[in-house]
Amino acid sequence: MLRDEPTLTPLAGCTDLYVALNFGTLKDTRFLDLWRLDRLRKIELRGGALSIGALATFTDLIRSTLVRKRLPMLAAAARDVGGVQIQNRGTIGGNVANASPAGDTLPVLAAADAVVVLQQAGGIRRVPFDGFYTGYRQTVRRPGELIVGIEIPPVRGRQFFRKVGTRAAQAISKIVMAGILGPATGSGRTARIALGSVAPTVVRVPRTEAALASGASIEAVQRTLMEEIAPIDDLRSTAEYRRRVAANLLARFVCGASRG
Amino acid sequence: MPSRSVGRSVVRKEGRGKVTGAARYIDDLTFPGLIHARTIRSTIPAGEIVDVAFGFDTSGFTLVDYRDIPGRNIVALIDDDQPCLAERLVRHVAEPILLLAHADREALLAADVRIRYREAVPTYDATTSPIAFKTIAIDKGRIDQGFREADVIVEGEYRTGHQEQLYIEPNGVIAVPEHGGVTVYGSMQCPYYVHRALKVLLDLPDDKVRVVQTETGGGFGGKEEYPSMIAGHAALVAIKAQRPVKLVYDRVEDMLATTKRHPAVIRHRTGVKRDGTLTAIDIDAVIDGGAYATLSAVVLSRGVIHATGPYRCDHIRIRGRATMTNTPPNGAFRGFGAPQTQFAAEVHMDRIAEALGIDPVRIREINALRPGDRTATGQRLGRDCSALAVLRETVKRTDFKRKWRAYARLKASRCLKASRYKEGGSRGIGLSLFFHGAGFTGGGEVKLASKASLALTDRGARILVASTEIGQGTRTMHAQIVADTLGVPYDCVDVNAADTGQVPDSGPTVASRTCMVVGRILQRCAEDMRERLGRLTPREYLKRHGPLVITREYERPTDMAWDDNSYRGDAYGTYGWACDVAEIEVDRETWEVKPIAFTTVHEIGKAIHPVLALGQIEGGSAQGLGYALLEEVVMRDGRMANAQLTNYIIPTTLDTPPIDVVILENPYKHGPFGAKGVGEMPIDGPAPAAINALRNAGFDLREIPATPERVMVSEKQEPRHALHA
Ligand SMILES: Cc1cc2nc3c(=O)[nH]c(=O)nc-3n(C[C@H](O)[C@H](O)[C@H](O)COP(=O)(O)OP(=O)(O)OC[C@H]3O[C@@H](n4cnc5c(N)ncnc54)[C@H](O)[C@@H]3O)c2cc1C
Repeated sequence: MLRDEPTLTPLAGCTDLYVALNFGTLKDTRFLDLWRLDRLRKIELRGGALSIGALATFTDLIRSTLVRKRLPMLAAAARDVGGVQIQNRGTIGGNVANASPAGDTLPVLAAADAVVVLQQAGGIRRVPFDGFYTGYRQTVRRPGELIVGIEIPPVRGRQFFRKVGTRAAQAISKIVMAGILGPATGSGRTARIALGSVAPTVVRVPRTEAALASGASIEAVQRTLMEEIAPIDDLRSTAEYRRRVAANLLARFVCGASRG
Repeated sequence: MPSRSVGRSVVRKEGRGKVTGAARYIDDLTFPGLIHARTIRSTIPAGEIVDVAFGFDTSGFTLVDYRDIPGRNIVALIDDDQPCLAERLVRHVAEPILLLAHADREALLAADVRIRYREAVPTYDATTSPIAFKTIAIDKGRIDQGFREADVIVEGEYRTGHQEQLYIEPNGVIAVPEHGGVTVYGSMQCPYYVHRALKVLLDLPDDKVRVVQTETGGGFGGKEEYPSMIAGHAALVAIKAQRPVKLVYDRVEDMLATTKRHPAVIRHRTGVKRDGTLTAIDIDAVIDGGAYATLSAVVLSRGVIHATGPYRCDHIRIRGRATMTNTPPNGAFRGFGAPQTQFAAEVHMDRIAEALGIDPVRIREINALRPGDRTATGQRLGRDCSALAVLRETVKRTDFKRKWRAYARLKASRCLKASRYKEGGSRGIGLSLFFHGAGFTGGGEVKLASKASLALTDRGARILVASTEIGQGTRTMHAQIVADTLGVPYDCVDVNAADTGQVPDSGPTVASRTCMVVGRILQRCAEDMRERLGRLTPREYLKRHGPLVITREYERPTDMAWDDNSYRGDAYGTYGWACDVAEIEVDRETWEVKPIAFTTVHEIGKAIHPVLALGQIEGGSAQGLGYALLEEVVMRDGRMANAQLTNYIIPTTLDTPPIDVVILENPYKHGPFGAKGVGEMPIDGPAPAAINALRNAGFDLREIPATPERVMVSEKQEPRHALHA
């Protein structure tokens, strides 16, 4: 169907689409319902990687022992999404495709070096997460292409996830951070850190990661992070708040216990 | 003898319908031939309309502008300054200019109207605005002398923001042209306000306008005056089209266009002796009225009368001003000015205690109003003054003093060690003591001259009042009062719909007056009916004497006096008294404030229906915590920028702590069964209690909402409070 009519809008849990529809900002009028494609709901190990079908809901992620064991920070992120109703309907594919800078699973996938699996009538291609987003709400997904799954290579190290929303539930992130920290060696430690709601897309912070790897003091690493990100003032928060909270979360992550 | 219902939590009159989904709200209703209406609103905050162009084929549409108004182009209320439809001048964003109607909703939404304006320079700062809708002065004693008696003078400025009522059901009405006039059905608090506004707008006599309240999904003041506007719009279209017209707002339009709580800036200067006795209270309060007067004058009035908080002092000077800004008009909201002014008073009181080095309980014990004391307006308080009782009960129940000292000590040691990144946040506990006058302010009840009727029925009686059920339990509570007074079972009392074609004007459902004032009139009706019945059952009486309807009017208690010119006298029949304690935890990395426990003790005269009273207190407390910590209207260029539920943040249950409610009863002699008002008071106290808890945890805030962004900044602020006299 998508080959014949590539402009059809795929719909999964509809938790983003309905909001836009109700708001009158959705121009699309023809949709393709994916909800019953159970095949795309599987969570399994495939060739060492954790493979998550695009239609897996947040509830599926929370319940999956595989996710909880291999990628606890993803389960943590799923638990912080909306409320139970949204967790039952919203899908990981929808979260990724929707491309909001505040999407809560995106920093997890970015930090974990996930791969987005795209498929169209012609075949499958795999896009690394750091090449998937091209700008605010822009992705490399072509019309007629579906996200069929996400693949996450094995992760070694301590995981961390923290969402700072506008309230305890049903909240959009003011800042959201995920990270993976390798074991400390004499000269520092490997780190992969990603943040949401501080830029037009989810971002990794390579300079901060490098500072951590070099064994710099936590204060120096915090300073690097505060320089590296360029958040803005918006309806929900201020740039200064986002910077300072990012620095605090990083310190909590590096010095304290994990919440993954 | 039937069992008494007062004091018992009987089944709500309308409860079954609401729980089963049988209740019909305005958007559930339809009429044959009904068309839909839409409001075209200004997109600029100030200026003139230059021209209007229609970018669509207007055939099939009904178009209405100010020239279609048969009567006066105003929303009749107090000042009559607000047009129903703008003519040339525009004073705020979202001001209604035109109405469109069509049978097909899609066609209606697609219609494109272009309006050109000549823009003017808008005013946004209420404190410097040159236009005042109302100023009020209250003077007691001699302020200079009060300051001469002081050892210490404490000053402070406090700010509160807008708050959106956020009833679940948005504003909506249906207007039906009939009998050469119009009937309006809708979601509202005050059918007779709408009735009067329609008569003026449409130039129709009493009997050609009928207003019927439909099941209403919440109001909180947001459906006090605004329904007069939306009803006017629907009625204009209905009369022009000669078809029933539905006008129901969606959430965005409701938040953009309708009234909110007045923001306020309040300055305190207080003289106090070293032992804690207040000698002088000097207050300057400015509230932001928005673009038109609406109810600002009376909001200001309640605000300044409550501005000292429940404290005695011989020398008081209060100056209040409600000013104009180019933002949508602010209006009634639960508490009606008192939450703003008592926020300032109670945060200031903690700062006074801090300046003197005494604890927050002691300063309040010393100064709390007692029976026999006189308020700022000179009202002598009777035996039902319970400030000390609620304070002591709350303090005891929460182990306040011990916790307050422990958290203050922790704060001090934290400052020394600056130990960050440890588990757990900073804790604090805070207290607020407050009061709330029940019924209309000053001579308001005399002016209203409310009437209530009771009709005898076969099995008991039928209540006829215009007081509305908006979720708070009006019908249930009124039926309990009538049942017990008449001596019939609760189930034998029915309540008529609030329909101006059938019920007398018992006044608006506002100002915590529906139980204390209207309930008392009904009780008098029931007393008379009881006497008329003698030994006869209702059925026997009807058979022998025919129908019986008893109507009574409000009677001012003879011991009440008020002078509106000098602002002296008995501002209210009586007051409720309450004390809140909030315990909070501040996340040290994100400055998020989590309320972890909340205790409130309310003295309300008599809880006619304990569960409903509890519901009012819990709900008001939760709404007050939202006001304190989360709810922020972001205004950009005079427009609410976050007019959606995604970004206007009210507390969910997960943001609301367990609320421990204690009800004390100290009867008011003129209230039914001793009852005072309860609806508004619960929202006066949570904000200062939460902010005082933040102070206890080491954060000096003078402004709400205390969002994490503000808490972060407050940490840096050095306290500079005491000027030595
Ligand atoms: C009340 C509420 C609370 C929310 N809270 C959060 C929150 O806390 N955190 C958060 O991150 N999000 C939140 N959201 C947003 C939303 O729930 C998530 O983004 C969710 O993951 C979207 O998934 P969906 O399946 O519902 O997507 P849909 O709405 O069905 O689709 C979203 C977009 O993705 C496209 N799409 C969906 N699936 C595919 C696919 N397989 N291939 C290609 N394109 C696809 C659609 O065309 C559409 O453009 C909330 C939404 C609501 C209504």
